Amino acid sequence: MNTLIYTACLGLFGLLAEIFNFRKYLIPILVLGLAIIFSLNLQTWNHPQTHFNGMLSDSNFSTAFSGLALFIMLVILILSTDFYSSTDDEKHISDYMAILMFTLCGALMMFSYANMAMLFLGIETLSISLYVMAGSRRFEVKSNEAGFKYFLMGSFASAFLLFGIALIFGVTGTFSIDGIGAYMRMHADSLDPRFIVGMLLMVFAMLFKVSAAPFHFWSPDVYEGAPTLITALMSTLVKIAAFAAFYKLVSVCFVFAMGKAELILTFSCAATLLIGNLVALVQDNFKRLLAYSGISHAGYMMLAILSLQGSTDSALFLYSVGYAVASLAAFAIAITVFKATDTESISGFNGLGKKNPFLAACLTMAMLSLAGIPPFAGFFGKYFIFSEAFRNGYEQMVFLAIISSIIGVFYYMKVIVAMYSKPANEFEIKPTFSYQMVIVVCLILSLVLGLYPGVFTKLL
Amino acid sequence: MLTLILLLIPLFASLIALLFKGESVKWFSFIISIFQLVFTLYIYFVFSSLNNGLDKEITQSIKDSLSINIDWINSPNINFNIGLDGMSLLMVFLTNLLMPLIILSGLNKNQERPQILYSLMLLMNFALIGVFVSFDGFLYYIFWELALIPIYFIALNWGGPNRATVTLKFFIYTLAGSLLMLFGFLYLYWATPSHNLSWVDLTVNHICSCKQGFIFWMFFLAFAIKIPIIPFHTWQPDTYSTAPTQGTMLLSGIMLKMGLYSLLRWLLPVVPNGVAEYTPYVIALCFIGVVYASVIAIMQTDIKKLFAYSSIAHVGLIAGGIFALNMQGFQGALIQMLAHGINVVGLFYCAEIIISRTGTSDINSLGGIRVLSPRFAMYFLIIVLGSVALPLTNGFIGEFMLLFGLFEYHSWAGFIAGLTIILGAVYMLRMYQKVMLGDVNENVTVFENLKWNEELILAIIAILIFAFGVFPKPVLELVEPIASHIFKLSFIK
Repeated sequence: MNTLIYTACLGLFGLLAEIFNFRKYLIPILVLGLAIIFSLNLQTWNHPQTHFNGMLSDSNFSTAFSGLALFIMLVILILSTDFYSSTDDEKHISDYMAILMFTLCGALMMFSYANMAMLFLGIETLSISLYVMAGSRRFEVKSNEAGFKYFLMGSFASAFLLFGIALIFGVTGTFSIDGIGAYMRMHADSLDPRFIVGMLLMVFAMLFKVSAAPFHFWSPDVYEGAPTLITALMSTLVKIAAFAAFYKLVSVCFVFAMGKAELILTFSCAATLLIGNLVALVQDNFKRLLAYSGISHAGYMMLAILSLQGSTDSALFLYSVGYAVASLAAFAIAITVFKATDTESISGFNGLGKKNPFLAACLTMAMLSLAGIPPFAGFFGKYFIFSEAFRNGYEQMVFLAIISSIIGVFYYMKVIVAMYSKPANEFEIKPTFSYQMVIVVCLILSLVLGLYPGVFTKLL
Repeated sequence: MLTLILLLIPLFASLIALLFKGESVKWFSFIISIFQLVFTLYIYFVFSSLNNGLDKEITQSIKDSLSINIDWINSPNINFNIGLDGMSLLMVFLTNLLMPLIILSGLNKNQERPQILYSLMLLMNFALIGVFVSFDGFLYYIFWELALIPIYFIALNWGGPNRATVTLKFFIYTLAGSLLMLFGFLYLYWATPSHNLSWVDLTVNHICSCKQGFIFWMFFLAFAIKIPIIPFHTWQPDTYSTAPTQGTMLLSGIMLKMGLYSLLRWLLPVVPNGVAEYTPYVIALCFIGVVYASVIAIMQTDIKKLFAYSSIAHVGLIAGGIFALNMQGFQGALIQMLAHGINVVGLFYCAEIIISRTGTSDINSLGGIRVLSPRFAMYFLIIVLGSVALPLTNGFIGEFMLLFGLFEYHSWAGFIAGLTIILGAVYMLRMYQKVMLGDVNENVTVFENLKWNEELILAIIAILIFAFGVFPKPVLELVEPIASHIFKLSFIK
């Protein structure tokens, strides 16, 4: 809870920076603040507590995911120093930063909610901040389109979620997730149809938020249109927050009722895996490629939700960390390259292997990790999720996931091939120090986690 | 501890190699690889002293010094379990014997960014040794995948024309195979009662025989792609002819042995019922491969592709011998793996020498090199004879035992396998005749004399061919116990 309050304070502080005119020092102060909050967050480890009459609860689950979210936001802030360097951006920097902080608040609520109201609030806080950020390049048509599209589709999904919550409240008479869980356990054999409908509506809404097929259509357009840094935020923090909330929702409230939704979830998981990987094959825009790759990663993470009778939260967390660090490194490199080449297509990476071997090697590692090749964290995350799904008897799904990761290797290799075997473009490329630092730290984390994943496999 | 040192030296060396500038990195890697070879020989002497009837305590302490088994990840249960037995030691020996030769072959060449190339080769060395010494399925899988990455980048960055497409095909093909193997391992992990993938456990507690057939195919596909067995070979000829020579030597000399080794280590003893069920089909595949590849080799005019197809034919025979499921087959396969590794590296190196001097790889536009460079002709002849399995060369013993094993399996099998020797002689001698003998072709008016490192490599290979051909006893003694052990394990109870 403290994590949430302090983060909100940082957001307010960002707004004050506008009034008192110390925008220049804002980002360093926020970075420092987030680092402090990160260490404070660690103190809640093994101290489960509920706050505000059961609205929020701290648990190891929420602490672990909050830590990850804080880390991601820290990285995004460090990257934003050079990303928002034009004069127009500098004018609005405090707004941007405040909104980013509120995005983080939404994510933190989604990790520690203990009440449906808080879940809804968390999702809305996160989403509304993102609608604004996706459209924050006011003079670019694509950015406006992204913001608008995301807003329309997102509010639709929120309506589903709210309707689902209402139906479940009607049946159980409570908003508390423990209360709903108790009802579900008591009536596991003869559940009220309204409960089932409510559950399905909520599941659909969550599938939309994690951009699982067939609710994925918004994500490539939004990812492409949004400023690249915000795309990085969406594909890491937002996706992970949505998955954590989804996992918590299903594991606490619906686990015994899932038999009714299993077919739908299985279908959705299979479709997400195949569509994400197959469509990514033909993408030329790097951001769209990462969007579809993100969809396919949602498919792998859905395996963890499908098979959660065996409590797969450690697997989900490990996967999230591996995915986040590799994606952040990839985006940091992409931002640098896009700036230098003025294009977002994969051909922008042509000849990077000769131009800047360091960046090329780093992007190679990030791509290999995303493709799930050892010894990077991406591989172990995948292995762990597959293993857990196997244990719970989803062999066919694991087989499908393995086939789709073979397909996935194609498009990750496309980037690597472009870097090493295509003739170089004419451009000057100079990654700044902060970018280099972020890239190196993320990749070292990926490597360390890949070699010694034992830290996380029994964490939760 | 000894095994761990053997494993880690190339890893650290590959990191240090990145710090070098210019040509000196080649000498650094060469020295490291020579040290590795000496160290392997030392381990061999330690290992062979096990059989000399020492008292129990010493035997135990030697065994302890060769293997390490520590917890790596608790859940899922994965151990860092490495060790050495006769089979691993033979493969490690092959790797570390060929590495100095492969590195030496690059000394007089002008290569771009040598520090990265040699760092990748040392990394490859690390991964290969890792594959051969792992006794935990997961660890083995990691090394298996890791071996793919450096060779892919070697071929992609230093390869010939059209390399992007060819190497991508190679990468995807092999990765697809290994992901299927991952599925197999996942299945085994949850199917074994103790929930771990240690080799000893997997070979003792077999899974239900109803599922063994399916798991057999998961593993077999991965290995068949790597070996390669027809019809999974299509990546191989292109990759061999596109990759730089050093990469081709690594691929053909050592890396495809990973597949053959894995058949013996991770397939036969792990799913014996599945193996027994599908053996006839696999042997049929191997034979189709042998004959088909030989016929293509006879028609082939590109010298590198000819060697690539001859390699498919040879490894097809080795795989067939393994699936004959008898002692002679196993032993023959192990010896032939060593022999084929040495010969094929020699062949590709000769091809490289010819191509770099004449600028063509077309057999028809070559001829009469013997007149220009008799010494090269002699070395080349020895290597060709070794690969057609002439008695007193290293190819003979292994091939003879393989034929013996196949004959024991079925007399027709032995007969068809015998064809390979004849066909092999046809394409090899025909190639030698066209390239080296006859009148001097107009394309080959000048043939520069062998440089010192070229001559050294060829001489070492020629000596090895005769040494193992005349005196194969140490190798036979090394592999005999493990071959009989695996034979016992692969027997259906």
